[in-house]
Amino acid sequence: MSEKLVFDAPEIMIDRPTHYCPGCHHGVAHRLVGEVLTEMGLVDDTLCVGSIGCSVFIYNYLDVDAVEAPHGRAPAVATGLKRAHKDKFVFTYQGDGDLASIGLAEIVHAANRGEKISVVFVNNTVYGMTGGQMAPTTLVGQKSTTCPDGRCADEHGQAIRMSEIIGGLGGTAYCERVSLDSVKNIRRAKKALRKAFEMQINGTGFGFVEMLSACPTNWKMDPVSANTRITEEMIPYFPLGVFKDVTKDGEE
Amino acid sequence: MSKTKRIFIKGNEAISRGALAAGCTCYFGYPITPQNDIPEFLSTKMATVNGEFVQAESEVAAANMLLGAAAGGVRAMTTSSSPGVSLMQEAISYMAGSELPGVIVNVNRGGPGLGDIGSSQGDYFQSTRGGGHGDYRTLVLAPGTCQEAYDMMIEAFDLAFKYRNPVLVLADAIVGQMKEPVTPWEPKAADNHGAEDWCIDGAQGREKRLLKSLFLEDGALAGQNRNLQSKYEAMQAEARADVFECDDADLVVVAFGSIGRIVKSTVRRLRSEGKKVGLVRPLTLYPFPSEVLRDLAKQGKRFLTIEQNCGQMVDDVRLSVRGIADSEFHGHMPGDLPGSDDFIAPIIKHLED
Repeated sequence: MSEKLVFDAPEIMIDRPTHYCPGCHHGVAHRLVGEVLTEMGLVDDTLCVGSIGCSVFIYNYLDVDAVEAPHGRAPAVATGLKRAHKDKFVFTYQGDGDLASIGLAEIVHAANRGEKISVVFVNNTVYGMTGGQMAPTTLVGQKSTTCPDGRCADEHGQAIRMSEIIGGLGGTAYCERVSLDSVKNIRRAKKALRKAFEMQINGTGFGFVEMLSACPTNWKMDPVSANTRITEEMIPYFPLGVFKDVTKDGEE
Repeated sequence: MSKTKRIFIKGNEAISRGALAAGCTCYFGYPITPQNDIPEFLSTKMATVNGEFVQAESEVAAANMLLGAAAGGVRAMTTSSSPGVSLMQEAISYMAGSELPGVIVNVNRGGPGLGDIGSSQGDYFQSTRGGGHGDYRTLVLAPGTCQEAYDMMIEAFDLAFKYRNPVLVLADAIVGQMKEPVTPWEPKAADNHGAEDWCIDGAQGREKRLLKSLFLEDGALAGQNRNLQSKYEAMQAEARADVFECDDADLVVVAFGSIGRIVKSTVRRLRSEGKKVGLVRPLTLYPFPSEVLRDLAKQGKRFLTIEQNCGQMVDDVRLSVRGIADSEFHGHMPGDLPGSDDFIAPIIKHLED
């Protein structure tokens, strides 16, 4: 009986088990990036700027040139890299602790300058690699190892909404928040990546895609419950949608 | 090299022009006194060499932009002054750990804290001991004149690529702000020492490349630290000093940068009065010209280290001559601008001791 291959990974994906936990969405997000880079013919021209957090090891899974940035500084590193190689495709891949806390200045100013780079922002409302501490994106009431009684708005402030901020900046060409909790939303996420990447290729400006993602281990949930949490708790607070698209502005 | 006629410029402009002559194509900076002439000059000049100028949101970002451009294998630099250079230490450590070449200029001002905007040599320790976290060193060049500022920028880029390491040019407010005649020159075509073999510029059929400072596997970090240490050992060959009137000197003054140059005037004057005093002016602070000092110590010379700080380089002088001699110290407080007269009394005192 002959076997028929019906589903395969793009060549850019290095064939090895990931270090990610069961139910983690980094694997899905990596694959979406890999698929889009492949489909757009960018693999040989791509420079990946990794960040600090679980996804620091993205370079183990994507077969592209890469540099490791200090915590939060990926947009600054990407700025320098893109300025040095304007004809290359430069993207950062950052988590929410990295991008929305320690790296807030770098992401806001890279976007505001309209750097021709693309940013993949994986928001799972928690510091994953260090063991589940409160992130700037942790929802009010959500428990973490540094807010074991749940995030308290009075004491810790509320979860920061990055796409709303980035979408409001002059240099941003494309900004969308997507979710990885369902097949439909994953398909939407891929379209968003393609759109953001096109903004760089066309020289239009800065592209930003926020992906709402699960961290079952630090949420202390099984993968299915974690997906449900995205749908029921995260999406109502972090609404999905396009926050800026310069190719559409003024058409409505 | 081709020389052109002399121009009358500030040290900060000499630094900027030296960088352009060296083939710098990416500049990242943030305003801070007393180095503002550099980003102001380069804000328009970078475009003339088809280069990039970015005014960053902070020194943290500027240094990380430098890291990014360095990863791309191009000649890039950032400039700042003391408080700003403190903010850059994170990126400099990462650059050292990832073996990325780049040039950082520190136009040293007074500290600690906000200090003042006058001249100081208070960043000697930060410059020569790595400055950030982990076991690493940067090459450190210390200009004392505007011409040296120009020349050392060219040297800095070459050394950065030769060793794949950050290079610090430690100037100060005196060097940055004074105006002198400078003879600009164009070096031979830049040698990036095979940067195309390690930089990231898109795989294009070759194996992908990875530039990183994270080494988690058993023994990997120890191996990387051994690599770095052997590189720092090789760098020792770059040690240089200006040795002035030392042959028959009883007392050798050791002073660097602008203070070394001011002390040179003092030594000239004392020589004209028949005093047997000489000067060693280290041009590289890391590697430190220990051999030069040790040889002089073996000849029975005594030493006096003069700095515009509370005693930092004197540690390296003492380490250089240990077991043979020692060094006295005279510190001119940061916040107070010295003249050559200020150093007569301390030199006479130690000469006659």
